[in-house]
Amino acid sequence: MINKNKIFTKGVLDCLPLLLPVVPFGIIFGVIGMELGFGPYVTYATSFIIFAGSSQIVFIQLISAGASPLVTLTSVGIVNSRHLLYGAVLAEYLEKLKLRWKILLSYLLTDQAFAVSNKYFKKNNKNKFAHYHLLGSGLGLWVTWQLSTILGIVLGAIVPEELGLSFTIPLTFISLLVSEFRKSKHIIVILVSGCVALLAYNMPFKAYIIIAAIAGLSVAAFLNRKKA
Amino acid sequence: MIWLKMIIAGIITFLTRFLLVSLIKKNSLTNKTKIVLSYVPSAVFPAIIFPAVFLNLNGQLFIEDNPKIIGAIAAVLVGYFSKNVVTTIILGLLVYWAYIFIG
Repeated sequence: MINKNKIFTKGVLDCLPLLLPVVPFGIIFGVIGMELGFGPYVTYATSFIIFAGSSQIVFIQLISAGASPLVTLTSVGIVNSRHLLYGAVLAEYLEKLKLRWKILLSYLLTDQAFAVSNKYFKKNNKNKFAHYHLLGSGLGLWVTWQLSTILGIVLGAIVPEELGLSFTIPLTFISLLVSEFRKSKHIIVILVSGCVALLAYNMPFKAYIIIAAIAGLSVAAFLNRKKA
Repeated sequence: MIWLKMIIAGIITFLTRFLLVSLIKKNSLTNKTKIVLSYVPSAVFPAIIFPAVFLNLNGQLFIEDNPKIIGAIAAVLVGYFSKNVVTTIILGLLVYWAYIFIG
């Protein structure tokens, strides 16, 4: 029991520094939802039901622009499709869990939770309670996202735009890659993915993230073609 | 109608997370695939980083006098030497602020 609590707490603590951009982003989402006229209940419900910042923004923007359901739902799926890759990476660590655990942890799977818990799993793959780390990191982010959306809905834009806190989004993702900065193959993959994202940025359905990811992984496969 | 669309959107989002967690079995992946999958962070995160740093709000390239590039370079350097998540974020933000408020 102590072991479970410890691992859960470590998960929460590991994701704490990554929550810095989540608060202003959640507030901004709440504000945008209200400004587009969705009202407090619909705006908040997207944070609970969809629970994926960029997919939520795409969802409410396309609906308010009068896009067809097909376009709206396709875009939501494509924006979030990178999580298929996260799932593929984590599958081996979560394989033995009961279905209800897999459902709960999948619902809580975000970029940040994936990043910190994947690192933890790599080091602690023998521990049978390791999944409590993902529960901790996932819930830490979930609670923060719910509360900051509500803050944005109730209080409006309380974080001044001049602070440029949206810049903390790329900063946290840079910080999540620091352990790869000394590996030349990883640096090549990082540069390829980044440049492809810039080139593909204006593609329909916001497909640039998954296109860049596939380009990066193809280069990774090529660079490692001689291994096993 | 909006609620129906939202619930379907929620199910789709959930499936992107759940599908491969539930379908992939430990021994169904070859070693080669596992090696490639270990590059997922390096292949996905830059696709979020680069546009947020190098493009303006209209999606156009924004290179000259761009405080985000300065902040990002600072973060990469700090990250390279410290290998620490928190220091990287905080120093990157401080350099960015120094550039827009003082610089």
